[in-house]
This record gives sequence, C-alpha cells and structure tokens, in this order.
Amino acid sequence: MRLAVSVALGLLVLSPVEAQAHLVTTGLGPFYDGISHFTLTPDDILPVLALALLAGLSGPSGGRAALFVLPVAWLAGGLLGLSRSSELSMPALTASTLLGLGALVALDRKLPLGLVAGLAAALGLFHGYLNGTAKLGALGLSGVAATLFVVVALVAAFVVSLRAPWSRMAVRVAGSWLVAISMLMLGWTFRAG
Amino acid sequence: MPRLPALLLAAAHIQPGEASGLLTGFLHPVSGLDHVIAMVAVGIWGAQLGPPAIWLLPVTFPMVMACGGTLGLMGVALPGVEIGIAVSAIVLGVLVLAEARPPLAAAAVVVGFFAIFHGHAHGTELPQGQSGILYSIGFVIGTGCLHAVGIALGLVHRWSPGRLALRAAGAVVALAGVGFLVRGLA
Repeated sequence: MRLAVSVALGLLVLSPVEAQAHLVTTGLGPFYDGISHFTLTPDDILPVLALALLAGLSGPSGGRAALFVLPVAWLAGGLLGLSRSSELSMPALTASTLLGLGALVALDRKLPLGLVAGLAAALGLFHGYLNGTAKLGALGLSGVAATLFVVVALVAAFVVSLRAPWSRMAVRVAGSWLVAISMLMLGWTFRAG
Repeated sequence: MPRLPALLLAAAHIQPGEASGLLTGFLHPVSGLDHVIAMVAVGIWGAQLGPPAIWLLPVTFPMVMACGGTLGLMGVALPGVEIGIAVSAIVLGVLVLAEARPPLAAAAVVVGFFAIFHGHAHGTELPQGQSGILYSIGFVIGTGCLHAVGIALGLVHRWSPGRLALRAAGAVVALAGVGFLVRGLA
C-alpha cells in the first residue's frame, strides 16, 4: 500500500504537462527576451533565489561554485531542450525542487562543496531544459544564463557578507517562506490536476 | 518608436489576474483583523520568549500554514475554521498576557496547530481569476510582515513598562478573539 502511494505520488510529481506558450517578446532581440523571460517567471526565479541563498550560507566557496555551475548547466540543459518539439512544464517537480532547496536554507546545515555544486547543476539542467523547450533559442538562453550569473553573484555575495547572527536567521526565515510558497504551489498543482 | 510596441508586447506576458493575485495574496492576511492580531501575537510571543523562539515561531507558522493552505486548495474540508482562527487569537493572547514560557517544542506545536486554520482560510478564499503562485507569494510575504511587526513590537520587552504594555496587548488580542468567537458561533 505504502509502495503504491509512493509510486502514485512520484508519477504525479514527475508527470509533465504541455505548457502554454508565454514567451516574452521585448523587441530588443532574443538575448533580452531571455532576460525578460527569466525575470517574469516566478517558477524560475524562486528556485534560483533559494539556491543562491543556500550557496551563500555555504560560504564563499559554495557561492563561487553556484555562480559558475548554475549558468553553465542551465545553458546546457536549455540547448538539450531545444530539440523537443513542444513546450514542457513540470509544475509539481518545479515546486518540489523549491521545497527541497528552501528546506535546506531554513535548516542552515553546512553542506559540502560538491553537494552545492551538484544541486546547482541539477537545478540548472532541469530548469534550463524546460526553458529550452519554450524555444528561447541559444541567444535567449544566453540571456537567461547571464541573468543567473548576476542574480547568484548578488544574492550569494550578500549572504556571505552577513556577520550578525540575526541576519543569518533572517535568511533562514526567507528559506521557510520559500518552503511555504512551494507547498502552496504543490497545492495548486494538485488542485489543477 | 519601436520601443513602445515592444513594451506593450512585454506587458502581454502578464497573465490576467497575476498582478492582482500578488496584491490580493498580500492583502488577505493584512486586511482581516482576525488574521492580523493572531499573527502579530505570534511575533510578540516569540519576542517575549527570546532566542531561539523569536525565529523558530515565525519559521514554523508559514510552513504549517502552507500545509493548511494546500488542504484548502485541494478542497479538503476542515471543520470550524473560523472558530479555530478565533480560538487562536484567544490562546495566543492569553499566552502573551501570561508571558507563558512552555518548552520550545510545545510553543512550536501550539503555533503550528493554529497556523493550519489560518492557512486553510487563505487556501479556500482565493478569488476567481487570480494567479495561484503570485497569490501564494503575496500571502506568505504578508504573513511574514505581520510576524515582523509583532517581533518589532516585542522588542520593547527589554524594558519593564514595555513588558507591561505587551501583556496588555495580549489581553486585547484575547478579548478580540472572544469577540470573533462569539461572532463565529452566532
């Protein structure tokens, strides 16, 4: 029974759905379309924010790892996704990703550098692939990757610079907010399903 | 000239209801007095208890509240939601009034229990046509801001008159809770 429930939940989380096209056309070119796509998509922004907070909590080395691994993995995943004929969306898995990353931020456990880099790679490949299926194009994906670099650099560096104990706690509170948002996103997915 | 149509096209990305979803979500906990007093009381109680409760309670509340919200979104009925919210104000008000100092885990359980009712109300009261994710972001931020207000008010706890004022505030919260309970039972 437990196995059946686990399998059912797993299938629900992993089940992809065809997304409705919502590409942004800025008129300034595909690079800026990519930037706009990322900055106007909460499903993409929130997990990146969570990873940047986590990387910052892991110290300067964790921040540097995420700073370079995430954009490269996102770009690689996006290029893979370009070959898919229709746009793909996996809202439950996206919410689960945010849930996991937010929980790690809230717990503030010291993570090994390899794990931070691995999480960045996994997040980048997954979300990049989804972006690729949205037909952002190579230049659009480059715009996303550039934005990721800036966002992770700013957020992770800010967290690394925090010294007061209460400020680190504030980051953990932000992590709990991300967990709460992700759980509600899951609720929306189940409701929609 | 090409810039103007470009901006209009970019704005077309916003789905109907998205902007209002964020605002509606933010205003939902802020505009309901029953939610406001309970959440501010959580912050005040955390400040009275001091570290680590001052952070643990505002961390516990939104996460458990989201569980309640998810139940509401999925259409799972929870009996006596309005009564639960009213009782949360009474209990939290009394705890602030008494400056109660239970074990940390017990404090988290109390706050988490009542958070389910508040979350369920948020989950079921979503207006039609609102963006789910932005509504969720809005109401988690709104709830967090209320906790922050409570913590900020609770900082006066370090002074003797401040402690007295906080206990008086707890009494006001509890009395308001009684009013909500009477209204809910009527």
